[in-house]
Amino acid sequence: MTIRSLRSTAATTSRTAAAAFAAMLFGSFILYGVGFAQPQQIHDAAHDARHSFAFPCH
Amino acid sequence: MDLIRRLFSAALVAGVLSGTAVSVVQQATTVPLILEAEKYEVTVPPAPSPTAAPVASTLAPTATGHEHHGHATPERSLGEGVPATTEEALNRLLTTIAANLLTGVGYGLLLAGVMLLMGDRVDARRGLLWGAGGFIAFALAPAYGLPPELPGMGGADLEARQLWWFAAAACSAGGLLALAFARVPALVAAGVAAILLPHLIGAPHPETPAGAVPPELAARFVTASLGSAALFWAVLGSACGFMMSRFVAADDFRDAFE
Repeated sequence: MTIRSLRSTAATTSRTAAAAFAAMLFGSFILYGVGFAQPQQIHDAAHDARHSFAFPCH
Repeated sequence: MDLIRRLFSAALVAGVLSGTAVSVVQQATTVPLILEAEKYEVTVPPAPSPTAAPVASTLAPTATGHEHHGHATPERSLGEGVPATTEEALNRLLTTIAANLLTGVGYGLLLAGVMLLMGDRVDARRGLLWGAGGFIAFALAPAYGLPPELPGMGGADLEARQLWWFAAAACSAGGLLALAFARVPALVAAGVAAILLPHLIGAPHPETPAGAVPPELAARFVTASLGSAALFWAVLGSACGFMMSRFVAADDFRDAFE
């Protein structure tokens, strides 16, 4: 493998990993909001969904 | 298009599909049981005096109908009974659907990110297998320690249960990934240990079960909840696998951690 292709592979790898971690981070953030956050309004809005998905609700 | 945009688009489509599917099933299975359970829900904490047994009222309790013993204040607004007006019912339905769609997108992003990170190519059929893994990690494993709860069921401290739920889900997800992808025996063993650990520690439970919900209702809810979660994960997994095969090129997969 030439140095050139090694470099381009490294760049794509970090780009791929960055995209994957961004998706996982944002997904976790959304799930925290829907399933775990305790402010009353969020809790009430997500109430039935939380029970159905078996997140501990109250 | 940027990889990140294609990845998010795939997750978004899969999440909306699975969230929509589960919304329909929930209205027929879990939600009627939740509404039924709320009729039994005790909205004021049981009084310390032995004569005042928890009131399992058949109607939504009102402030005028019960002694409140001074300190007791209702903690919930939605849990106090079946929606009274059409507007309330509609509002409740819409927020539940919104929460389901968000749950779908959230799990979809998580799943798509891990799929990409693991670097194995996926399609709809392989996606279904990923969905089965998601179901085990995020529905079955937490439910093994903390059965899906109806409103009004007695439970241990909320933060403790949330922490255990999260630990069980995270350990199971990590453990399953190790079982599926690790090539080193030690890592496979660590995966098994991670899956078992939360259950060996044990989920938090109250000293004495003190819920007012009939056990028959609770039992039906457990199967309804797990069943709808199974459907959700089947749709999410296969849709996510399909969308990834269309939106995210083979190069992107091969390049992950090579």
